Amino acid sequence: METLIEMRGITKVYPNGVIANNRVNLEISSGEIHAIVGENGAGKTTLMKILAGFVKPDEGEIFYKGEKIKINSPSEALEKGIGMVHQHFMLVPSLTVAENIVLGMEPRKGLSFDLQKAISLTKEISKKYNMYVNPNSKVKDIPVGMKQKVEILKSLLRGAEILILDEPTAVLTPQETESLFESLLTLKKQGHTIIFITHKLKEVKKISDRITVMKKGRNVATIATQEVSEKEISQMMVGRDVIFEVEKLPVKPGKTVLEVKNLRAFSENGRMMLKNINFTVREREIVGIAGVAGNGQSELVEILSGLRKAERGQILINGIDITNKSTKSIRNKKVSHIPEDRMKYGTALEATVEENLISDRYDKPEFNRMLILNKKKIQTEAEKLVKEFNIAVNSVKTKIKMLSGGNVQKVVVAREISSNPCLLLANQPTRGVDIGGREFVHRKLIEMREKSVGILLISSDIDELMCLSDRLLIIYEGELVAAFSDVDKINEEEIGLYMLGIKKQNEITLREAMI
Amino acid sequence: MKKIQVFDILRILIALLIAFFIGFIIILLVSEEPLYAFKLFLVGPFSSLRRIGNLVEMTIPLIFTGLAVAVAFEAGQFNIGAEGQFFFGAALATILGIIFKIPAILHVPLALLGGIVGGGLVGAIPGLLKAKWQVNELVSSLMLNFIFLHFSLYLVNNHFRDVHTGIMASWKIEETAWLKQFIPGTRIHVGVFISIIMVIFTYYFLYRTKWGYALRMTGINKDFAIYSGINVASVIIYSQVISGALAGLGGAIEILGIHHRFQWQALPGYGFDGMIIAIMAKNNPAFIPIASLFLAYIRKGAEVMNMMSDVPAEVVNIIQAIIIFFVTAEAFLSKYQHKLVVKEVTTNG
Repeated sequence: METLIEMRGITKVYPNGVIANNRVNLEISSGEIHAIVGENGAGKTTLMKILAGFVKPDEGEIFYKGEKIKINSPSEALEKGIGMVHQHFMLVPSLTVAENIVLGMEPRKGLSFDLQKAISLTKEISKKYNMYVNPNSKVKDIPVGMKQKVEILKSLLRGAEILILDEPTAVLTPQETESLFESLLTLKKQGHTIIFITHKLKEVKKISDRITVMKKGRNVATIATQEVSEKEISQMMVGRDVIFEVEKLPVKPGKTVLEVKNLRAFSENGRMMLKNINFTVREREIVGIAGVAGNGQSELVEILSGLRKAERGQILINGIDITNKSTKSIRNKKVSHIPEDRMKYGTALEATVEENLISDRYDKPEFNRMLILNKKKIQTEAEKLVKEFNIAVNSVKTKIKMLSGGNVQKVVVAREISSNPCLLLANQPTRGVDIGGREFVHRKLIEMREKSVGILLISSDIDELMCLSDRLLIIYEGELVAAFSDVDKINEEEIGLYMLGIKKQNEITLREAMI
Repeated sequence: MKKIQVFDILRILIALLIAFFIGFIIILLVSEEPLYAFKLFLVGPFSSLRRIGNLVEMTIPLIFTGLAVAVAFEAGQFNIGAEGQFFFGAALATILGIIFKIPAILHVPLALLGGIVGGGLVGAIPGLLKAKWQVNELVSSLMLNFIFLHFSLYLVNNHFRDVHTGIMASWKIEETAWLKQFIPGTRIHVGVFISIIMVIFTYYFLYRTKWGYALRMTGINKDFAIYSGINVASVIIYSQVISGALAGLGGAIEILGIHHRFQWQALPGYGFDGMIIAIMAKNNPAFIPIASLFLAYIRKGAEVMNMMSDVPAEVVNIIQAIIIFFVTAEAFLSKYQHKLVVKEVTTNG
């Protein structure tokens, strides 16, 4: 197959001195599905942003069909037929699907916007590429899988021949992933080229033609997918063997740590996010909650950790009522919390690693000498944690913003685990974390479980839930619709059906497995 | 990263050079004797002991309002009210200086305390409003300036006005409340030591105490602070109170050290200068005295030039603005800085 795009010697350094790309070469053939894999901070997204015109490289050249080109902006990239769908969707939630798809290139009738034309354009393109979307729905009301299709269609309408997808499956259910892959194969058949970034090697094997492995800002290899196994890919990414399934010893759960009774909550705009939630978590037990993002799981964790108020219901930690108490008093009950969004809640980017590691304990007597903070003690503690949790950083005085995503997550995990909790709320503990880091976090969670901690695990990664949970609950539209006390007995497809609200367990089965 | 730090200092120096150069061109346009005028601007502040004295005297209140604003900024808060806090602190200190007749050892601390409490109280208002009802502190602290301007004037002009002078001014404060001027030929007073102590205090408070830590974390990422269990409402309140207290103390010291009576009839502008200083010093208390001295220097230079040459005061304001503009322009020369970063990391890696 002929070479469509070639990137040569691409170097990009961010203003904080992080080298995202270091003389990277990449070659994309026409009509292939090309997977780009690598650990966090390997420079995958940066490389793709350069190709799509969002980021300017400091050095290097890009060739399109053998001709040297310069891409200065996303619109210039689109002129060459290069379109990118970002990890975080860039859609206007309050507009309809059709309005979003034509945004910036609106069809006009005289001076006014021609909505009918927009709708017919949407229908047309949706049919052409076999991706169903409802042109009249508001984007805020449609599921994540459909939002993604809107993004893809948006690029296609603008003439994208080369489609870049940044971790497209991270937020999808198994069914949605399946449907996305079908669409991608259709696109390929029609002659499009697809580049996608992912952490999930299973998917790489399933759909891609070739793989480029990146590591620490450099490209390690480009290989044909049939020639390598998942294991070999992961070795190339990490440089060592990775254990996919962490071993979990059977342990007997102890007394109840967390009890949630009749919990109900509304969102800021008055929508009911949680309707009558009941469940418990015991010592030495990992309770997983599966669900499509936006079905109330984030609100649940925020209420349990004191960041949001409940409308009704009760939350007991070791029998003590903590409903609507402050974050401080909940933390004092030995509850720790790995938040979903490590940039918003988990860390302060402009503060040092050390300052981030002590944010929950800086006021404890052991870190203070009278009125003054005990600098030495804080530094020793931070250095101990950096070592124990393998945080790749030169000094604890380095600012968090200099760290890669995976290492930032390790800082959060280190702080929350080392506070010696009795209940850990882990919300997407490995989101955007590479396989090495993921294995590490999983091992830590299992270790905690053996040390008699109760863990509530919320994840959009079903493999993660299946491998870690002792019990699994499924949430749909603010309600627990299924509960399994034996995770080994269920399959992924079935979980997907519950997550999408197609199936629901009856009250009795639910109640039995809930406790 | 050493090179980059050197570059940072170099960057400021280049900015200064350019600013002075533009300033010179402006002087060239308006003056008959531009070289002479420009010389006055540059070396005027050092041309006599009295002027050097003035420089230091002018620096002292700027340090206080600079610190005040820096504390608020570090907490992610605005304090546009340093102006009113300074003013009210000065008024209270004046009143305490007038009505008490006690030994200096008690009188000075009492008057200073008056300034601290006065400024702190004024600062508490936007803090409380923000913490309780999410009232935007930018608006509330700005509005309070006018309230406390007129409240202070009411107190001083109606109850403590010196009826023997022709001007609107308070009685002189008792000599026991004066801060001693200790260098003959200048008005440099003991307040200079207090300012240095407060610089050290603020530095320690921000970087070495748990309250300072909570304050800075709130400033960097409020959500992170809330999530970590930091009581953000209380941080907002105490940061504004401390900020106000520093400004109020500055006002008190200005009265006790220099004027010995209250004779302002309008806001003197120290609070707004405080913002410029805090920005120049990047909120770091250690740099506040340098930034204050620098601002005092260009002010004094301008004053000398205005007095002794044909350059009008308005032009002087333009030059000041240009200098401050260049020094605080964050992205100035950032391309070169980035190239330097690229070079450094790629040669090492």
